[in-house]
Amino acid sequence: MTDTAAPQKTIYNDDIVKLFTLATVFWGIAGFLVGVLIAAQLAFPQLNFEPFLTFGRLRPLHTSAVIFAFGGNALFATSYYVVQRTCGARLWNDKLSSFTFWGYQLFILMAGLGYLAGVTQGKEYAEPEWYADLWLTIVWVAYLLVFLMTIIKRSEPHIYVANWFYLAFIITVAVLHLGNNLVIPTELMGVKSYSVFSGVQSAMIQWWYGHNAVGFFLTAGFLGMMYYFIPKRAERPVYSYRLSILHFWSLIFIYIWAGPHHLHYTSLPDWAQTLGMTFSIMLWMPSWGGMINGMMTLSGAWHKLREDPVLRFMIIALAFYGMSTFEGPLMSIKAVNSLSHYTDWTIGHVHSGALGWVGFITFGALYYLVPKLWGRKELYSLKLVDLHLWIATLGIVLYITAMWVSGIMQGLMWRSYDDMGFLQYSFVETVMAMHPFYIIRMLGGVLYLAGALIMVYNFWRTIRGDVNVKEQNLSAQGVTA
Amino acid sequence: MSFLYKHQKLEKNSILLLICIIVVVLIGGIVEIVPLFRTATVIEPVKGVRPYTPLELAGYNIYLREGCYNCHSQQIRPLRDEVARYGHYSLAAESMYDHPFQWGSKRTGPDLARVGAKYSDEWHVAHLKDPRAVVPESVMPSYSFLSERGAKLYDLKEHLKALRAVGVPYSDDMIKNAESDAASQARVGSDNQTAIEERYGAGINFRDFDGNPMLVSEMDALVAYLQVLGTMVKFTDYEPDMPAQNGGTQ
Repeated sequence: MTDTAAPQKTIYNDDIVKLFTLATVFWGIAGFLVGVLIAAQLAFPQLNFEPFLTFGRLRPLHTSAVIFAFGGNALFATSYYVVQRTCGARLWNDKLSSFTFWGYQLFILMAGLGYLAGVTQGKEYAEPEWYADLWLTIVWVAYLLVFLMTIIKRSEPHIYVANWFYLAFIITVAVLHLGNNLVIPTELMGVKSYSVFSGVQSAMIQWWYGHNAVGFFLTAGFLGMMYYFIPKRAERPVYSYRLSILHFWSLIFIYIWAGPHHLHYTSLPDWAQTLGMTFSIMLWMPSWGGMINGMMTLSGAWHKLREDPVLRFMIIALAFYGMSTFEGPLMSIKAVNSLSHYTDWTIGHVHSGALGWVGFITFGALYYLVPKLWGRKELYSLKLVDLHLWIATLGIVLYITAMWVSGIMQGLMWRSYDDMGFLQYSFVETVMAMHPFYIIRMLGGVLYLAGALIMVYNFWRTIRGDVNVKEQNLSAQGVTA
Repeated sequence: MSFLYKHQKLEKNSILLLICIIVVVLIGGIVEIVPLFRTATVIEPVKGVRPYTPLELAGYNIYLREGCYNCHSQQIRPLRDEVARYGHYSLAAESMYDHPFQWGSKRTGPDLARVGAKYSDEWHVAHLKDPRAVVPESVMPSYSFLSERGAKLYDLKEHLKALRAVGVPYSDDMIKNAESDAASQARVGSDNQTAIEERYGAGINFRDFDGNPMLVSEMDALVAYLQVLGTMVKFTDYEPDMPAQNGGTQ
């Protein structure tokens, strides 16, 4: 697998991929750490330190750090790596790609420091204020240019399927970002702005954005990742070309409609809610199309799942993807949503997708990339990869089961009546009931973070060029791989 | 498979692929969003909804700044238990001047859409300063610094101007007097009250919300905002359009 590595180096721009890879690991740890902190705050509110370190300010810091900093850098790193290999061309314009790196890190700092200082637009996942949004727009246009120009000057006749997904992710995120951030600043030298839209319209536009931040940032982009790294690691071609065409176009067409399922039973007109629900249910099929296409790529190579923990990461990621894209349509049904909405069930759902799918496919891709980028034969230790896998999986299971229980419990407590026909529980009684589950959730987060720290250690040893002699000997004897 | 053969065109032409992606992703958004701007059918007009006073607006901005929306919704659904717990379900008109909306998505704490006038100012101040002093089981952070920090009133004029640019009907008079109106609302017995009521309508809360007459604090602003939430529409004179009547079954 590695014998083609030497000539590749001279053609491809891998320095930029290295930078984004390191940034991914760094922001991942930061984002998980803040996640553990805010999980602890909900169990032990004394851990809030006003004014800067309160849950209200830290929660956007956590979501932005994991979605945009960890996820975003992972998408940059892998898209730049994949587009070069699948197009047989060097990444277009070294200066501009280097600008996308520093520009994107600057955006993350602008947004994150803003949150701590209380600078926010007050919209979930779209908190950065207008000045940071403008800067991101510039960086994003540069990203699109670098990516598209590399495709244009490709030496392969066809554009590989992974690149369709990356392209759809880049362009749709641009459309969403512009649409949802139309604002008027109060002063040119100030940080505050007001959204052009209000009330119902701003709610619809926010969740058109918000749901497709999930659909395109956290799904389409990472499917692009899946379509390159799983076939490469398994050394098998993608299962079905036809299925990839079908599920690509249906996925990007249907996803956009699903936003209103965040607004069931609100002041949004019923017809929009019904459309959102209908399309969310339809979305189940193209989502599973992607999962099946990825999993079946292992046809004839299932034994590799037993031998290779890196591949295991990627396949478990697909399993979580399949699970959360089944749970999502279920929760979008209005009757179910009337119970699940406003509760921790939603938080659990999002984390089975984020920790399980986005996190694991990224870890898998990183474990593939790091030895390749730094010219090592293999990772320092595949045993540690396995350890990371099981600790993180246990963490996810604790996390999502705790949230299922606390979410459904709270939803049921809110709507339960006593014999006299009065509401049985006061609000704060439901808060008390959730306390043990908040602790379990926090432990799940700690495990997930611990797993990621094992990965950091493994990367550090790999990059240093250390070889784990014990594992080497074992693999020479054919005991493990 | 002829469609697969045709798909090759897209796989060989990046610009065509890009254009097709854009067209495909725009359709859903256009169908769902554009009709919402025919507001006559989307927002049923109700009496009483008015733009926030400058002090309430300052409070709204503190609410955003502290990320209250991360844990509190402002949207009561028309479900039996929610109406019993929080009051009349939320109407579209009630958030028509929120740029952006604050409906939220999570209730780690209770819904606040109708929290106005449910608790006393003293309760709110004590609760914001130290939530567990009032509700021992609460997991809310404390916000005692709000009492010590003066509310930023001098630039409220610019805020009203920006909001007018996006459609909130603030008059020249309101913009001109924004700063003094905000200060007057947080004072007991200000001679400015009649003028403010002429501008914004009757029923404005004029009080020293935080109980500290020396300072118009951020606490004043936030409590003024919380106390007006859900109180603008008087449901005694509101009659909803009943969908059943349209069917003519009665």
